[in-house]
Amino acid sequence: MRMLRFILKKEFRQIFRDKTILAMMLVMPTVQLIILPLAMNFDVKNVNVAVVDNDHSSWSQQLINKIGASGYFRIVAAAPSFREALEYIEREQADVVLEIPPGFERNLVREGEQHIGVSVDAINGTKAALGGSYLLTVIADFNQHIRLNERGKPVPGKGVNIGITYSNWYNPLAEYRFYVVPAVMVLLLTLIAGFLSALNIVREKEMGTIEQINVTPIKKWQFILGKLIPFWVVGMVVFTLALTVERVVYGIWPVGSFALLYLFAAVYLVALLGFGLLVSTYTDSQLQAMFVAFFFVMIFMLMSGLFTAVDSMPGWAQDIAALTPVTHFVKVVRMIVLKGSTFADVQKEFLYLVAFAVVLNSWAIWNYRKTS
Amino acid sequence: MNDKVIVCEELTKQFGDFVAVNHISFDVRKGEIFGFLGANGAGKTTAMRILCGLSYPTSGKATVAGFDVYKQQESIKKNIGYMSQKFSLYENLTVVENIEFFGGVYGLSSAEIRRRSDRLVNKLGLAPEAKKLVGSLPLGWKQKLAFSVAIFHDPQIVFLDEPTGGVDPITRRQFWDMIYEAAAAGITVFVTTHYMDEAEYCNRITVMVDGKVEALDTPGNLKARFRAASMDEVFYQLARGAKRSAD
Ligand SMILES: Nc1ncnc2c1ncn2[C@@H]1O[C@H](COP(=O)(O)OP(=O)(O)OP(=O)(O)O)[C@@H](O)[C@H]1O
Ligand SMILES: [Mg+2]
Repeated sequence: MRMLRFILKKEFRQIFRDKTILAMMLVMPTVQLIILPLAMNFDVKNVNVAVVDNDHSSWSQQLINKIGASGYFRIVAAAPSFREALEYIEREQADVVLEIPPGFERNLVREGEQHIGVSVDAINGTKAALGGSYLLTVIADFNQHIRLNERGKPVPGKGVNIGITYSNWYNPLAEYRFYVVPAVMVLLLTLIAGFLSALNIVREKEMGTIEQINVTPIKKWQFILGKLIPFWVVGMVVFTLALTVERVVYGIWPVGSFALLYLFAAVYLVALLGFGLLVSTYTDSQLQAMFVAFFFVMIFMLMSGLFTAVDSMPGWAQDIAALTPVTHFVKVVRMIVLKGSTFADVQKEFLYLVAFAVVLNSWAIWNYRKTS
Repeated sequence: MNDKVIVCEELTKQFGDFVAVNHISFDVRKGEIFGFLGANGAGKTTAMRILCGLSYPTSGKATVAGFDVYKQQESIKKNIGYMSQKFSLYENLTVVENIEFFGGVYGLSSAEIRRRSDRLVNKLGLAPEAKKLVGSLPLGWKQKLAFSVAIFHDPQIVFLDEPTGGVDPITRRQFWDMIYEAAAAGITVFVTTHYMDEAEYCNRITVMVDGKVEALDTPGNLKARFRAASMDEVFYQLARGAKRSAD
């Protein structure tokens, strides 16, 4: 224990001595947490719609008006045929084509059912796909109103009040903020912890100082713990900073328990630092460590459900996702911050993270060699 | 005189097919200054790292301070000090911080560290630099500091790998004064060097050529045996047949 104290003193001194790195540790997450969510704006506005109205009825006109008034769409063209509407997509003037078939009004009134064609430009995938699904939402809403009106007063000509009902179901702006901000927080924590630790031991190898360490009676676990604890402290500070930014800038305040959130952050950091230290023990230069860490962190990020839903991945991808600590942490952070989940809800994830922490760190200690 | 602190028998280290250290045998007596000579690539560092418990031998036997180099490396490490060929103190820590860290790692108490560290800093004349980063010191001082740190915890044996490489002649003299002082205090010194005048300062020397020990004796005896006026000439006669050329 006494020896550990000397090691920690040395590590903290080195961290505080390097002002650039220290500033990066603290300023980077703050600034990025402010900027990144704005840049990763999944909110879709101004979806350009080309309309092909083959019906020219009052109902088709109402639908078009409703779409135009919803605030998310711009009717850029009323094309006489589908082929001509497609040309707008080809010229990148439209993202979505809405085709209203002939007999739209008649079929709706008589049969209560009508197919509508929605074609989406797959090049600008996100915008068009989201645009397409908004469009369907608007149409579905319209449909309900029609039915209502049919059964109630048959007054199709009356302007329907749009927007209110469906903006409650689907509020893209709020949804995106609550979805992305906690993800960015996890991302930053992962980057900071993963890379700092991955580069640390290997730096001692490069400088040659590891030789002087290895010739002392330091125990392997003492050395690894001496590296882990300072970065853990840094990570917790970054986490606190990130929570503060979330509160101040985005007004997000965890619905669930703070203690639970911190407990998870604490275990997650140990797991991720273990990963970094493990990389460090397998590599010989900072460049190698950087690449290896980058490789894994990329996979962690893309498979973790940070920005995409794990549920919609193929089975094998879900298996890989389950094997990365990030996946579990993101899930839990969202659950605690947004839903107010309690420990009982996230027990399984907790055990996962503890297992990661134990395995990765034991592996790092095992693979660190004082005699080669 | 049967107090042997290092015993080496047929010690060998191979890297793949390449035999860096080839069946070397020698022993080092307590309290002596044992010189290890050899051209670049002769295998000095490789042999020394094995003795320090930093590297596993391929075959052969060796004990250091009575501990086996295969199994008891961590016990060896408690009893030795090591100054590697490449400067390996922390350049981004100050003189005092380096001393404190290594003292602590070897289990000295804080009070003891402070006492010894004050004495050391004064002795080295580093008092004005005590709070400066080690990276900013001139090479000669860095080397003296590295040596002082290597013997700070009073080890039985200290291993010095080319401690005076690249250092000016005056500092080299001072360095050897420090080595003598350590030896007088009872620390066995195992030192490698390229400087033949330094070889003369050793009690006994080994000359390594291409991984093998070619000669082992006192400087006087070696000169007599090779009918040479200086160690320079002895070394030249032994090493000129070396295959592993210097660069
Ligand atoms: N890890 C290694 N893998 C492969 N070969 C190695 C390794 N370490 C050393 N060698 C080789 O072993 C030989 C002996 O190296 P060593 O460093 O022991 O020589 P040396 O006597 O200390 O030389 P110098 O005076 O240059 O320090 C060299 O040819 C070197 O290239
Ligand atoms: Mg060498």
